[in-house]
Amino acid sequence: MALAIVLILMVIGSVIFHFWSPWWFTELASNWGAMDTTILITFWVTGFVFIAVNLFIAYCVIKFRHRPDRTAAYEPENSKLEAWLTGLTGLGVIAMLTPGLIVYTDFINVPDDAVIIEAVGQQWQWSYRYPGLDGALGKADNRNVTFDNPLGIDPDDPWGQDDIVVTGAAAHIELDQPIKFNLRSKDVLHDFYVSQFRAKMDVVPGLVSYFWMTPTRLGSFEVMCAELCGVGHYNMRSEVVVDSREDYQAWLSQQTTFAESQGKPAPVGNLIERGAQLAQQHGCIACHSLDGNRGVGPSWKGMYGRTEQLADGSTVTADDAYLRESITDPGAKLVEGYPPVMAAYPMGSDDLDALVAYFKTL
Amino acid sequence: MAYADQDTGHHAGPDKFIWKYVWSQDHKVIAVQYGCTAIAVGILALVLSWLMRMQIGFPGSLEFIDPSAYYQYVTMHGMIMVIYLLTAFFLGGFGNYLIPLMCGARDMVFPFLNMLSYWFYLLSVLILLASYFVPGGPTGAGWTLYPPQSILQGTPGTDWGIILMLASLAVFIIAFTMGGLNYITTVLQARCRGLTLMRMPLTIWSIITATVLGLLAFPALFVSAIMLMFDRVLGTSFFMPYIVHMGQALETGGGSPVLFQHLFWFFGHPEVYIVALPAFGLVSDILSTHARKNIFGYRMMVWAILAIGGISFIVWAHHMYVSGMNLYLGYFFATTTLIIAIPTAIKVYNWTLTLWHGNIHLNTPMLFSIGFISTFLIGGLTGLFLGNVAVDIPLSDTYFVVAHFHMVMAIAPIMVVFAAIYHWYPKITGRMYNETLGVIHFWVTFVGTYLIYFPMHYLGFEGMPRRYYAYEGYEFISESAHSLNEFISVVAILVGVLQILFIINMLMSLKTGKLAGANPWNATTLEWQTPQTPPAHGNWGDELPVVYRWAYDYSVPGADEDFIPQNQPGELGDGREVGDDTGHSSGEGAPA
Ligand code: HEM
Ligand SMILES: [Cu+2]
Ligand SMILES: [Cu+2]
Repeated sequence: MALAIVLILMVIGSVIFHFWSPWWFTELASNWGAMDTTILITFWVTGFVFIAVNLFIAYCVIKFRHRPDRTAAYEPENSKLEAWLTGLTGLGVIAMLTPGLIVYTDFINVPDDAVIIEAVGQQWQWSYRYPGLDGALGKADNRNVTFDNPLGIDPDDPWGQDDIVVTGAAAHIELDQPIKFNLRSKDVLHDFYVSQFRAKMDVVPGLVSYFWMTPTRLGSFEVMCAELCGVGHYNMRSEVVVDSREDYQAWLSQQTTFAESQGKPAPVGNLIERGAQLAQQHGCIACHSLDGNRGVGPSWKGMYGRTEQLADGSTVTADDAYLRESITDPGAKLVEGYPPVMAAYPMGSDDLDALVAYFKTL
Repeated sequence: MAYADQDTGHHAGPDKFIWKYVWSQDHKVIAVQYGCTAIAVGILALVLSWLMRMQIGFPGSLEFIDPSAYYQYVTMHGMIMVIYLLTAFFLGGFGNYLIPLMCGARDMVFPFLNMLSYWFYLLSVLILLASYFVPGGPTGAGWTLYPPQSILQGTPGTDWGIILMLASLAVFIIAFTMGGLNYITTVLQARCRGLTLMRMPLTIWSIITATVLGLLAFPALFVSAIMLMFDRVLGTSFFMPYIVHMGQALETGGGSPVLFQHLFWFFGHPEVYIVALPAFGLVSDILSTHARKNIFGYRMMVWAILAIGGISFIVWAHHMYVSGMNLYLGYFFATTTLIIAIPTAIKVYNWTLTLWHGNIHLNTPMLFSIGFISTFLIGGLTGLFLGNVAVDIPLSDTYFVVAHFHMVMAIAPIMVVFAAIYHWYPKITGRMYNETLGVIHFWVTFVGTYLIYFPMHYLGFEGMPRRYYAYEGYEFISESAHSLNEFISVVAILVGVLQILFIINMLMSLKTGKLAGANPWNATTLEWQTPQTPPAHGNWGDELPVVYRWAYDYSVPGADEDFIPQNQPGELGDGREVGDDTGHSSGEGAPA
């Protein structure tokens, strides 16, 4: 009896929870409202079955509970009933699958006027590439990757010279303009995921995957990674900013092209700001927190001058020399308790000065 | 081999403790060995889930949980639960115990191989646990072990952990193959007289189908494990394209990470059914027994099992809708996946229709069985979201997935594991378990898991991604989502700790339980008709049973009692329908 009551309460509770729940889709910011609709259709079909079956069980438990004078029926099968149930289930399946496949057809057919933007994943950072004035992305391959050419753009391909490279900063896209995101990975699997856009896709080394969407709402949206890619996976953040046409053009015109970025001297300015900018650009913050929280790597808060316990048992003071070495050759001295996962960043002396100056302020 | 060849002499069995309980070739002892080992590793996996929940609900509260540790917990928890607990328990545990007994055989046809199967399983568990004691610890690649990540620095345990994991899986597959060939041969060759295929209990049908799935699916895992091992150890590039890793160009190239995913899920999807089908079968028999009613639509149930088994091989890429594979494949896999829902739904209907007009005894096994229907229902229905490709795209890799697969292949099968342990405990030990403790255990588990997983779906709707060490600083995740996570963690740990009730019940009842007698549930199937309880080595004394009817003659009109055992001749019930008391009438597959 208790079981029947609990089952009924569970059904009622689930329905109330559903309507009351503050946890629901994030506010849509793309054309993929149809995906929400298919979820809702599925919800109603399956919700009906959920309620019906649970209540039916509850009914049976009340009605056919053991009593000494009861005998169960002997009814091996009932072909008519079974055929009906099979048929109805088939209809339910068609009711869900049809809209699903219609939406999917939309999803895999990229509109002709879509603008291509490339998102490149690497542990644990997102970078972007825009076709420049020529409207086409140049060839790119991991084989061309160097410290100064992080996305591996083919230096000999004329189409690539005007490509715009954005590392460590937000991607901007234009409102109501269909975008085809081409996705590439430098190392392992990642997944380009913005909750408000709904559409997402894995980023796979060795191939170019893609998905398309049209932003429908101005604002700034968090990018995260939705495919496990190692210890920094949970912190592989970026941002997509949806701009009006004018803002977008203004932003775009300020970006440097690939050709300009090659061999261009580092901008001088406030050393500390430059350090902060470098940290951003190289994605250091994915692993090093600024607020003292534990991350994949040690927090930078109060790091300068602190005494670090090293994995080999010795200790070291985090002075200029140690910090510079930890950037250019992180494997040389490992802090106790952290995995040896940091890449070497062969930066120039100026950049290292800037970073150390920045560390001192934290 | 036919029933007549079975050696009637050897049922006396060995006397020495070590031959009887350790190096035993008796399928019942091997079953218990499998079960206890699986529970032992299962407890480890349970503890790991508490640690994960601590980190998710109360981030940073346990100093020692850093990102590496968290990913190691996720991986070991998932792998242990799926492979080393559930697969081993259903096939090695229940399969071993029930196949010979329900088929009226003296033992598995290859008892020595059966014993080896267990020892290889134990070896695989030990190799897996050894990864806690090697430098770098166990792998943290996720139970899916996707390369390139699983074999590159940046993921914990890439030194030794991944190697041990792959080795352990390979050994497990060898163990499973030895057991599996045995189960199939036994069912095909050693059924007793009269037990035609269409008289077999659904337990046997489902375990045997799951075994066939395993024998066809595990090789895909085996080769992918070997290939991945080569990539890791020998520097081959089966799954490795040209990669720039942590600023360094690697000497790899030409391989495909997506190939691994195809191989993995060609195993991985059938694996879901390797766990689910035995649960379906066991629960069918338990429901029927305690509702005192035949399972509804037996033939349909058999066909549904076979259909699910068959179709389960052509749905695998529904795990890969957003993997970067050719997008046109989505049409095919979405369609097959939604088609498989139909036989699955039929099974759910038939379980509930078995209750209809029944005479329902709400004891512990029955409660857990109904708990199974309810939890499996949710898991099955949410599968319709994830199988329908356009719906899956926003939900994939979110907590909706975590909630879905826990409902469908964690909680629901675990409900059946409990139902079945309580149900067969009196046969295995000869004593009854404690009913009060059992019922409390049910309520804690059923209500608790509901509270854990039902709200979790909504976190997935909100977009909370899975396999995240921390969610701090993501604006779109609402403040209240963090509170919900705290709530889920508290319940999860509570439910987990209270499983102690089950352990206590099992251990205490060994000594203090009421003597059960041969057939405490008045059940029809052969295992309840053994001359001794617990059954002795060789199961049947001097004479093998003969079967005259199907396994579900409950509440037959006109019969004296509300059940007629399968080995009882007579005109009533199914005995009347077949008309031939040796069952040769149906022809196919009957032992001759
Ligand atoms: C009350 C019991 C359980 C709790 C509280 C629990 C909790 C969890 C948690 C917190 C995660 C990690 C989610 C994430 O970070 O993405 C997880 C993952 C997982 N669990 Fe459970 N779990 C339980 C039982 C089970 C059982 C019985 C199974 C058996 C099939 C299972 C299979 C898995 C799998 C396959 C994963 C995925 C691992 C991965 O992502 O690689 N769990 N579980
Ligand atoms: Cu990731
Ligand atoms: Cu699947």
